[in-house]
Amino acid sequence: MNLYLQLFYEFAKTGLFAIGGGMATIPFLTKMSDKTGWFTHMELLNMIAVSESTPGPIGVNMASYVGYHLAGVSGSVVATVGLVFPSLIIILIVAQFLKRFGNSPIVKAAMYGLRAASAGLIAAAGISVAKVTLFDVKALESGNLLGFFNIHSIVLAVILFYLTRKYKKIHPVVFLVASAAVGVLLNFAV
Amino acid sequence: MGELIKLFLVFARIGAVTFGGGYAMLPILQREVVDKYHWATNDELTDYYAVGQCTPGVIAVNTATFIGSKRKGIPGGIFATLGVVFPSIVIITIIAAFLSNFAELAVVKNAFAGIRVCVCVLIFNAVWKLLKGAVIDKLTFIVFLVVLLLSSFTDAAPANLVVAAGIVGLIAKKIGGAF
Repeated sequence: MNLYLQLFYEFAKTGLFAIGGGMATIPFLTKMSDKTGWFTHMELLNMIAVSESTPGPIGVNMASYVGYHLAGVSGSVVATVGLVFPSLIIILIVAQFLKRFGNSPIVKAAMYGLRAASAGLIAAAGISVAKVTLFDVKALESGNLLGFFNIHSIVLAVILFYLTRKYKKIHPVVFLVASAAVGVLLNFAV
Repeated sequence: MGELIKLFLVFARIGAVTFGGGYAMLPILQREVVDKYHWATNDELTDYYAVGQCTPGVIAVNTATFIGSKRKGIPGGIFATLGVVFPSIVIITIIAAFLSNFAELAVVKNAFAGIRVCVCVLIFNAVWKLLKGAVIDKLTFIVFLVVLLLSSFTDAAPANLVVAAGIVGLIAKKIGGAF
């Protein structure tokens, strides 16, 4: 099979079966690595690191990265379009359905429950980022109670929390860029 | 055509500043799509995220498709989707071509350690805004809390939690006589 077709096919399959966000694509990419030999598991780990350190949805970044490695810029486009193709079709259908039946009492009743669950899942995602960013669980396990708190990060979080609530007009990107600068100036990763 | 190009450009801008996946995109979406362009409400965003959890694909991309198709039908969905992935393709291609050790650079690691702190704060602010529409009575508060706990402390798949919550909603409204 033509490499581009195969790239499109493999990533469309990933896009179709990976339910629940970017990280859900990783098991599929591991399998893809075993099956096609396009990249090793080591390279996959490197790709995950790059995808997490660049803007954009992680699943999309992974597709762009793998596609580029195999077939340059056009490979990166083909893999990315392949990844989003199945969900594009499905969401367009769901959107039509919601447009037509969104006001029916049954759909409204389901949405009444769904919305609360959706908010709960997003809050849980926030907590999981906070867990790895603000605290160091490993330090606690080794009995180092002070090391458990990433003091730098917690102080920055409190300041940001105050500023984002006080200056609601400022675009979130301004806070993101400022936080990146603080991270670099104070060596946050150490 | 002008509206389609606008959808592409706005979502490209959103994609370019989404650090850390679909959830981190929520605060940016609220600012751009809800506050600035009025293309969707906070409640609709909550719905899109709920559907995005149980349908295949990347949540950030699914949300873009939803908003685009709401604005301009099928072409709108396609343009918004291409817009949100466009910056990734450009940025990743540049990094893959020139900076093979990008993720190892000290400056990148430090910058992202700072960005992650900001992402948590922004996500909490974003959830706060959604709660007004999502948690409106005792039952929705319980659903919110149970999903939050199950998702944090068990391996429950998000899709199953969303579907279960939808069924709870249906049963509650059926008993209440809504249909």
